[in-house]
Amino acid sequence: MALTKNKIVERVNELGFTKKKSVDIVESLLEIIKNSLESGEDVLVSGFGKFCVKKKATRRGRNPATGDDLILDERNVVTFKCSGKLRDSINK
Amino acid sequence: MNKLELISALKKEADISKSEAAKIVQIFFDSMSDALIKAERIEIRGLCSFFVKNYKSYIGRNPKTGEKVLINPKKLPFFKCGKELRERVNKI
Repeated sequence: MALTKNKIVERVNELGFTKKKSVDIVESLLEIIKNSLESGEDVLVSGFGKFCVKKKATRRGRNPATGDDLILDERNVVTFKCSGKLRDSINK
Repeated sequence: MNKLELISALKKEADISKSEAAKIVQIFFDSMSDALIKAERIEIRGLCSFFVKNYKSYIGRNPKTGEKVLINPKKLPFFKCGKELRERVNKI
């Protein structure tokens, strides 16, 4: 079973917050992370990993269906670098 | 932004104590780490999804010396950016 937002809310709920407050708290946390990345600032969580925003330059691509050349505009992408600690735990 | 800044921001945003915010941030990343250690998928709508990818053993090269080295099979979390986050980091 995949880990979803719901399960995290349940765990927060166990701390004694109401169900609604737990949902709000988790939403706030997600919003803080998204806002930081949106403003171009990386989010570094020691022991887990680092979320980075990288700028990709404009490049020439191709439409794979028609074979037409096209220009892909520059864009920002979010990347994740796993921490060494987590990587070791996963490989144990 | 690091974990401490995340905790302070959550304290302010969700109007909870610093120790509560610290616990929640810990729960959030511990839940994700635990899921990945168990090779479970993670799906956080709007933010990201993760799954553990298996990499086979291969012969790599030490980029400094050019020496051939055997890389053992490994597992790494594969990060996929959520739709909302992807659109938000690209807003102009």
